[in-house]
Amino acid sequence: MFSKSIFNRVASKAAARTMATAAGTSAKAASSSKFLITGAALAGVTASGLLYADSLTANAMTAAEHGLHSPEFDWPQNGPFETFDHASIRRGYQVYREVCAACHSLDRVAWRTLVGVSHTNSEVKAMAEEFEYDDEPDDDGNPKKRPGKLADNIPGPYPNEQAARAANQGALPPDLSLIVKARHGGSDYIFSLLTGYPEEPPEGVVLPVGANYNPYFPGGSIAMGRVLFDDLVEYEDGTPATTSQMAKDVTQFLNWASEPEHDERKRQGLKAIIILSSLYLLSVWVKKFKWAGIKTRKFTFTPPKPRK
Amino acid sequence: MSFASVYKVLFKRNSIFVGTVFVGAFLFQTTFDSAITKWYENHNKGKLWKDVKARIGAPEEAEDDE
Repeated sequence: MFSKSIFNRVASKAAARTMATAAGTSAKAASSSKFLITGAALAGVTASGLLYADSLTANAMTAAEHGLHSPEFDWPQNGPFETFDHASIRRGYQVYREVCAACHSLDRVAWRTLVGVSHTNSEVKAMAEEFEYDDEPDDDGNPKKRPGKLADNIPGPYPNEQAARAANQGALPPDLSLIVKARHGGSDYIFSLLTGYPEEPPEGVVLPVGANYNPYFPGGSIAMGRVLFDDLVEYEDGTPATTSQMAKDVTQFLNWASEPEHDERKRQGLKAIIILSSLYLLSVWVKKFKWAGIKTRKFTFTPPKPRK
Repeated sequence: MSFASVYKVLFKRNSIFVGTVFVGAFLFQTTFDSAITKWYENHNKGKLWKDVKARIGAPEEAEDDE
């Protein structure tokens, strides 16, 4: 009994000590986790506050940064069955040749692709022959030149990118072969850009040296100045060469350069839609025909007559 | 021409049947293509190169300029 009570006392003391230690540890853990949570909350609130304060002055996602969205224009090729206006492509080539080609190349377009689109065979041959191309060297190994052929690509104004940059204060005039496909807004954007130069940049706009202001260009500061002015070219078909007429024609030409397959694509698409939808309807009819017998089948169950 | 006679003339012998399929496909694609092209060019009259060519008075050239 005695020994038992001693043992009990010792045991209960030990248990109390253990309990006390455990309670102390848990209290410490609770206070430190509370401290962590408070710290995290404080840090989060501070970060949100800083981000919000920054957003009040940030210039991201504005029209100035992304460029003004161009309006949608009523192009001749709008609509699923509409082709390009080839008279416009022809005038547009003239604008490209007389205005744009001073700085912009058209590397991916071959002379032959113009034949039957905007010019006759002999016209394109004559245009190609005005340019010189590298020929095979002669028997002594000296480089030779030859006039252009239909199979050649339209030559650019500069021999390489460095020459282009050197001639344009460090800015590279982009190649125009695929420019309509390469810009958001396509034709609408190109037309808006060409006709969208204001007389003066708006108040507060600071432009780098040699740059021009155009609201449609992302950032607003574009190295190309306004190039199209009324009566800059003289159209052979007597169309008045206003700024917007020239911009429309050259945009139409560049759209053709980007999508030379356009007219044929729409014609083939029409054929494909007619054939595929007739085949689809035919398949629906065949399915109904083949299933008719199965769907209208009727199962009857005649139970055996109970034996009497 | 009832179905029975169509069957007798075109479908009964396999060689004739296959020939019918081939000839039919050929005839269909030429007529379908020319009909679609005719409609498409009529729909886009005045915008196509052949109209522009006539307007600028370009002479018909011997070489194929397609």
